[in-house]
Amino acid sequence: MAEVLVLVDHVEGTVRKTTSELLTIARRLGEPSAVFIGAGFDAAKETLAAYGAEKVYRVESADVTDYLVAPKAEVLAQLVASASPAAVLISSSTEGKEIAGRLAIKTGSGLITDAVDVQAGEGGALRTTQSVFAGGYTVQATVTKGTPIVTVKPNSATPEAVSGAAVDQVVEVSISEGAKAARITDRQPRAATGRPELTEAAIVVSGGRGTGGDFSKVEDFADALGAAVGASRAAVDAGWYPHTNQIGQTGKQVSPQLYVAAGISGAIQHRAGMQTSKTIIAINKDDEAPIFELVDFGVVGDLFKVLPQATDAIEAAKG
Amino acid sequence: MNIVVCVKYVPDAQSELTFNESDNTTNRLGVEGLLSELDEYAIEAGLKLAESADGGVAENTVTVLTVGPDKAADAIKKSLQMGAHAGVHVNDEAIHGSDAVATSLILAEAVKKIGSPDLILTGMASTDGTMGVVPAMLAERLGLPQVTLASELTVEGGTVTIRRDGDLASETIAASLPALVSVTDQINEPRYPSFKGIMAAKKKPVETWSLADLGLDAGSVGLAAAWTTVESFAKRPPREKGQIVTDEGDGGTKLAEFLSAQKFI
Repeated sequence: MAEVLVLVDHVEGTVRKTTSELLTIARRLGEPSAVFIGAGFDAAKETLAAYGAEKVYRVESADVTDYLVAPKAEVLAQLVASASPAAVLISSSTEGKEIAGRLAIKTGSGLITDAVDVQAGEGGALRTTQSVFAGGYTVQATVTKGTPIVTVKPNSATPEAVSGAAVDQVVEVSISEGAKAARITDRQPRAATGRPELTEAAIVVSGGRGTGGDFSKVEDFADALGAAVGASRAAVDAGWYPHTNQIGQTGKQVSPQLYVAAGISGAIQHRAGMQTSKTIIAINKDDEAPIFELVDFGVVGDLFKVLPQATDAIEAAKG
Repeated sequence: MNIVVCVKYVPDAQSELTFNESDNTTNRLGVEGLLSELDEYAIEAGLKLAESADGGVAENTVTVLTVGPDKAADAIKKSLQMGAHAGVHVNDEAIHGSDAVATSLILAEAVKKIGSPDLILTGMASTDGTMGVVPAMLAERLGLPQVTLASELTVEGGTVTIRRDGDLASETIAASLPALVSVTDQINEPRYPSFKGIMAAKKKPVETWSLADLGLDAGSVGLAAAWTTVESFAKRPPREKGQIVTDEGDGGTKLAEFLSAQKFI
């Protein structure tokens, strides 16, 4: 069976949930071979094995981790040439898409981005599903040249725990000088919030202009649900919440099980970031806010009254 | 410094985007379009760099480049009105249906013909395709470092330095010129064209090039040459109208009841 390369998304060996989703998808298409770049392999090995990786290609060279994107693309191109995989799966993060873009040109292969599903198609090809035009259309597509490269959005597959051999193999790489031209000279990590990551969370609660800058009720409600917290562009532009939490066309696009919009009017810019969520709830003082066209349940009211009451009810139910 | 800014003419987000049933391509002709909002930040960044560099706008130029049908000339016009010096529009019927790979090929050849810029600027993604991969592909084709998603940008002594605010960390990234840089919507406030700028734009040079002008064969771009195929598309069924209640002192309770009924709590 042909291999399917899966680029492991990890922080110092802690493997992100998206990787387990990619390994599960890889199993539909061939034999999953994880590609682990950087430090922390010992911490990652168990997770990779638990989700079906048969092989793990390990790359530890500092040449790859200290420089931006291009070396990772070179590593993958090397592996595409040596392993002739049926496909390469990469997480749809910004870095992932850039690596995928460079890899596509290097290997003369077609690239499909932001797939929400990948299945085996006819005759060994693969078929992807994408949600396009702000969720207005669903598209089925396939790659017609080279080794299919697909970037996959989080929450696109339920990870299946299936034991894989995860035989590891250190890969020697030689990175071109040109790939080392962009370097990270400083890094200031963000303080962890303790909340789930926005694009991976099952529930997202967002606040907008209606919060007036006070996100406390939004956060309490989110914490009662174990949710991630998002913000509209208006809230971010006003400086009330960081840009990394922005939901929308120029921020993050999420598709959780439940999306709650509090004090958000629902302009197109925002809708593009959340309208494929499975269940949508909104709270807004304005009964004509466009967001109400999208909701499964809506409350016309003041979020400062509605959210705390709901939070109390949720806590009581847990009690 | 010679700066090239790649821009795209995109359908208006307010209008409904559809597919052409005949060939599964995006219907671009039936809709109103404009310069992609995210590209304005790139133009502004280019103008600011030119203005603050030694010699100012007299010696540092910003050229905008676009690949698109006739109407894409509008994107060039707006860019010139903002203050860009010159425009290049690659327009050829054979380009219809091109994928990102082909778009990056056309852009790469056009950049080479414009003549080795020191810096290529782009927005973070288009607002229609939203793939966000063309900058990376273009950098790969030109053998340039890519420094993307800048929310702060400086150029000094042949080095470009940016700040990128990622999810997990804020990073400072540096590369020596020539380089390709993409910018986010956090980097600046794009200027509105002034009346003077609008008038001046009318006299600025705009070149229109075909594929032949770039030495590209029609067979290397377009729908038939694409390395991916849209096999089918389906309009998403409209959401069923939901239940909306007005808070009369019990809105939160009703919300919790809904969550419970849906098994979220």
